[in-house]
Amino acid sequence: MRLEHYLYISIILFSLGVFAVLTRRNAISILMGVELILNSCNLNFVAFSSFITRDITGQMIALFGIVLAAAEAAVFLSIILSIYNEFSSINPDQTDTLKG
Amino acid sequence: MDWTQTLFWFFFAMTIGSAVFVVTVRNLVHAAFWLMITLFCVAALYVFLKADFLAATQVVVYVGGILVLVLFGVMMTSGKLDLNLKLERGQMISSGIISIALLAILFLIVRRTNWQTAETQFDSEGTTSSIGEAIMGEFLLPFEVVSIVLLIALIGAVLITRKEVKKEDAA
Repeated sequence: MRLEHYLYISIILFSLGVFAVLTRRNAISILMGVELILNSCNLNFVAFSSFITRDITGQMIALFGIVLAAAEAAVFLSIILSIYNEFSSINPDQTDTLKG
Repeated sequence: MDWTQTLFWFFFAMTIGSAVFVVTVRNLVHAAFWLMITLFCVAALYVFLKADFLAATQVVVYVGGILVLVLFGVMMTSGKLDLNLKLERGQMISSGIISIALLAILFLIVRRTNWQTAETQFDSEGTTSSIGEAIMGEFLLPFEVVSIVLLIALIGAVLITRKEVKKEDAA
């Protein structure tokens, strides 16, 4: 249970999140990838504050990160719903009206 | 090997395994439930790091809030289109290369760095009271800013999704 172990979990979650964002054909799956990335960041903050500074500063930052993730998910899903009403699809490849 | 160690490795494997399923599984609803397991396991890792309040917040906000929102979005938008996610081969390979390269670079960085960790880990009887004091003291301004951000997000989400009201109806 050393710092490196938490960092390994964190980098694996981050890479998987990036993979999901790059490959998925559905906006909600992309949101799931973003949530994985945010979780890996929060885990990093908490691990560093636990092992290096040994106080609750990192936990506070992770707490604010969770709050911002909640706000982000709410706005993301409302955008997805209005895109779905407009295009009847949430595939990012099909919602390309602004493309020249 | 004592119990704590065994449990830690269990959650270590569970976090990574369930995250792999989130990314690879075809069915969107299954992916959402795998994401739930990942979030629970991250909360368990917070407990190992002595962040008890944060673990509870993770379960309440992520599992109770964000995941329900995600499932709600899945149900709302999957009426006509099928839930199966097909992947294009070329995109799959290039994205795989990018993520594996990212993983390798970050792994090497973590491996090569000489981390100046403290001898003993952060320990406390419970972080709730100290977090409350920090919110009302040192972190008062970020706390207020984040509350305004939440309010704006709430209003914005309602504004984006609501139906257009025609002029004559409004008058």
